[in-house]
Amino acid sequence: MIRKFGFIRWIAVLALSSSLALAQGGELHFCLKSEPKTFNPVLTSDDSEEVVRYLTGGVLVRVNRQTQQLEPELATSWKVTDAGRTITFKLREGLYFSDGTPFSADDVAFTMKQLMDPKLHSVTGDAFRSGNGDVTTKVLATDRVAITFPAPVAGIDKLFDQVAIMSAKSPKKEMAVLGPFYVADYKAGSYVYLRKNGNFWKRDEQGHKLPLLDAVKLDIQPNRDIELMRFKRGELDLINALDSDYFDKLAAASPNQVRDAGPSLDSEQMWFNQVPTAPIPDYKKAWFRSQNFRQAVSMAINRADLCRIVFAGHAQPAVGPTSPANHFWFNSKLRPYPFDPQDALNQLALAGFKMQDGVLRDSGGHAVEFSIVTNSSSKPRERMATMIQQDLREVGIKVNVVVLDFPSLIERIGEKFNYEAALLGLINTELDPNVQMNVWLSSAENHQWNPNQKSPSTEWEADVDKLMRLQASTADPKKRKAAWDRVQEIVYDQQPFIYLVNKNALSAVSPNLANAQPVVLRPQTYWNIDELYLRNAGDRAGK
Amino acid sequence: MLKLLARHLLRISVTLLLGGLLAATLIRFAPGFDTDERQMDSRLSSESVEALRQQRSAQGNVLKFYGAFLSAAVRGDFGQSETLDRPVRELVAERAPVTLKLMAYGLLVGWSLALVFAVSATMARIAAWDVATTAMAGLFLCIPSAVLALAFVFARAPGFIALGLIVFANVFRYWRNLLDKSYAMPHILTARAKGLGTLRILLWHVLPVSGAQLLAVAGVSVSVALGASIPVEALCGIPGIGQLAWQAALARDLSLLVTLTLLVTVVTLLANTTSDLLGQAFRTQRA
Amino acid sequence: MKRIRQIACVVLLAVAVMSLAAELFAPANYATQFRDELPNAGPSKLHWLGTDDLGRDRFSRVLYGTRVSLLLAPTAALLSTLLAAFIGTLAGYRGGAWEKVAMAGADLFLSLPWLFLLLMVRAMLPLNVSAFTSVAVTFLLLGLLGWAASARVVCSGARAIRNSDFVLLARASGVSRVRLLMRHVMPNLKPVLLAQFWISIPIFILSEANLGILGLGVAEPLPSWGSLLRELESFANFSNEYWRLVPLVLLVITVTSFQLILSRDEVTA
Repeated sequence: MIRKFGFIRWIAVLALSSSLALAQGGELHFCLKSEPKTFNPVLTSDDSEEVVRYLTGGVLVRVNRQTQQLEPELATSWKVTDAGRTITFKLREGLYFSDGTPFSADDVAFTMKQLMDPKLHSVTGDAFRSGNGDVTTKVLATDRVAITFPAPVAGIDKLFDQVAIMSAKSPKKEMAVLGPFYVADYKAGSYVYLRKNGNFWKRDEQGHKLPLLDAVKLDIQPNRDIELMRFKRGELDLINALDSDYFDKLAAASPNQVRDAGPSLDSEQMWFNQVPTAPIPDYKKAWFRSQNFRQAVSMAINRADLCRIVFAGHAQPAVGPTSPANHFWFNSKLRPYPFDPQDALNQLALAGFKMQDGVLRDSGGHAVEFSIVTNSSSKPRERMATMIQQDLREVGIKVNVVVLDFPSLIERIGEKFNYEAALLGLINTELDPNVQMNVWLSSAENHQWNPNQKSPSTEWEADVDKLMRLQASTADPKKRKAAWDRVQEIVYDQQPFIYLVNKNALSAVSPNLANAQPVVLRPQTYWNIDELYLRNAGDRAGK
Repeated sequence: MLKLLARHLLRISVTLLLGGLLAATLIRFAPGFDTDERQMDSRLSSESVEALRQQRSAQGNVLKFYGAFLSAAVRGDFGQSETLDRPVRELVAERAPVTLKLMAYGLLVGWSLALVFAVSATMARIAAWDVATTAMAGLFLCIPSAVLALAFVFARAPGFIALGLIVFANVFRYWRNLLDKSYAMPHILTARAKGLGTLRILLWHVLPVSGAQLLAVAGVSVSVALGASIPVEALCGIPGIGQLAWQAALARDLSLLVTLTLLVTVVTLLANTTSDLLGQAFRTQRA
Repeated sequence: MKRIRQIACVVLLAVAVMSLAAELFAPANYATQFRDELPNAGPSKLHWLGTDDLGRDRFSRVLYGTRVSLLLAPTAALLSTLLAAFIGTLAGYRGGAWEKVAMAGADLFLSLPWLFLLLMVRAMLPLNVSAFTSVAVTFLLLGLLGWAASARVVCSGARAIRNSDFVLLARASGVSRVRLLMRHVMPNLKPVLLAQFWISIPIFILSEANLGILGLGVAEPLPSWGSLLRELESFANFSNEYWRLVPLVLLVITVTSFQLILSRDEVTA
């Protein structure tokens, strides 16, 4: 009897584990928006390259995209010392790269050397540059490494979430990886094919080896309509960033396939050209430098309508440089500018503007008219600019919407300063506001409204410079938060950027894809790639 | 004949050289040439942004660039693509056959449809059929290439048919009008009055008369097909040079664009030269 | 065929009248955003063709857009046809070096990336240029650049006519070169030139739409057929909204009507 039960139990276990094996695995399909130029994680700069890096790269620590907390990965623990100048990692032992090369502290040292090579101009590396001087990496043991920077680096530990460790010894160079997948095949213009890394170190709570998927196929597809079409047909398992245009249509047909994770970290904003040497009339420069003018324009824009019409309700009026989705860093005392055309007119009157026969004129009698430039590849921005055109008409301002291709736009706003107002967006990949240093420092390149200042041209910009340097130089989160809160308040008053909306993080997930829990932080849908699997893994083999 | 071929080859070479230089000039002086999209990345330090600027300014002098480009091209080196960070020769070698194949099938479909409908409309002389064929050609002229390509992706049909319909729409009206004009000639009227068969009239009397111009239209349609291949490839996911050209144009990728222009010029010149030579052969035969 | 041409005339006239008198026929201004109604709404009593993505009345936009495109596209088509006629006829009739240089020029024109010239022109225009000026400049450029394909065909035709009997007779009787070209050669090239004109109209309308993504073409909020047709790029995913096809249907009807009227002028020997 006991033998019979034992046999039955054995059969049951076998059936259960084989059904689990059958249920898990599969080949995940989704799209890249553009062709990756490189698979070298140190040289990653655009979205598609970051996708491949996320899926293949092993990192020392990982920001859990759901909890927004830092978790150990290749490092079991870490310590920040020397007021944020030094970080020491204790590494996991007995790990191997995808090609079998053993992992050790030497690989971390090698990676840091590549990352900080000034000739490579790595985007990831630049995030670590805190001052003049070299970054030194000391291998303390095979499983311990200390990295020292010339000056404190704000949020230093979280930055390692972006650093994929490369092998110092492997003949495959950057193609040998520590992440859940490795690049197995690449067809230019067509796809990138990733296979499961048999040497990946992670296991789930039940002890199963991760990742659960067998492979990931990334089709290169710049067209969003085709991506959606393929998703509806079941050829794709997810759309990581779904346009709001398509969200409700897809939701009407298949409500269980769409996800709205709430406001993302990204923002859309417009600003006025305040460069003193800009080739625009002086009277216009005077308008744009006027705080009252900027505040009035901000008040005259109906942000709720932008959210409702352009983003089909899948956006929120924005307040400032930090989205409310960024729980810790957002200054919760601030609220979006209210839509109040009358108050806008009052504000304009304070600056000497008057309405005459429906046309707003300045104190010199010039009719207020300016152009907004934006990039052609973004229909939402074109629509927002057109809606702002109508909103400002109500306060007597004539706006011309000019859509340009991106290189022409960059030339105007970044080189020749031959523009009046611009409407663009900011993609925030990280929570820490230090990543916006090159936006808020008045001497920086991306201080869009008036970049590369030799010294701050206004008192408030000098204040912002001080506050940004303060938050970068201390490791105390409370002090940093206080400094950044104050920056947000100044920006709110001065409106150098008129923040418009924070778009929601929208995605589409096939019901066939298990364990998907879309969140706000990038990559929204496949952040837990090692735990995802396809329920009907055999159904689309070889497609 | 050899002398004629040699003259044509010389003409092609000179046109090619001039085409490359003009293309380089147009691209170099287009707005946005000196910029790089990565400059807008706020994570980059000012040194990195400056380095990006320096990279671009290295290609500042058009004549210097073109001279260096030609001397390297003679050795088979067409430079490095900034967009995709790969040798241009590799990129073009990978993708050109794909586009040429797409174009070949597309042209075959387009020319076949145009010939069938033009001949049938000319010979049948039925008003309703005339209006129908005109409206059909008009329809495919009016549908944006991107929409047509999307419709084919939606219908899971091959992309070359979309290209074929675009070619058909561009070529049909020319061929229809040329055949109509030929049919109205006195010797054709005489042949018809004498009871010659319609097919015989078409093959022996109509086509020879209008052959040279029909071929000229066919030669020009190769350029149309090349232009239409850009949205068709981009949308149907065909990794050809059309897709590459669009990416390169947006990024002002000078080496890649000049190489692609040279390739397009060669194809255009070969197509038109071939149609000229065939046209001349037609005229000689008639004489 | 005469009856069909009459119908085509009436159709064209109706389209022209409605677009020129758009203020009378349109229920709303083309720029007014009815934000309280849903954007992309279907047809209703107030909005016969529904609304676009910003809540603007689509019927009004079709009427005003027709005006812009119907005025400018045929003008640009005429310009490119005239250029093709002049260059192609001269090259084909003169032959020799004239022909070689002209045709090499045409081949170059067909191969060069004119996109960058168009970008340069946009960069030179002031940012605050009126929407109509911007689109007029675009169509002008298209007209100036669109002659090459047809010039080749015209040249081939002129070459064929050059040594024909009636031309030789005319030359022998002392007819001047200009008169010969204008009265004897050009009329025989009409089929090609008419085809060029007919094809160019929709091609230029669509090119204007594509150039819109580079800052050329019509600027918001002014509509054109091209910008209305760009809406169709999402059509595959919204294929049950047939009212979005109205601009396409209207364009096809107009272009076909043009052709049916022009076919009256097809030359007989």
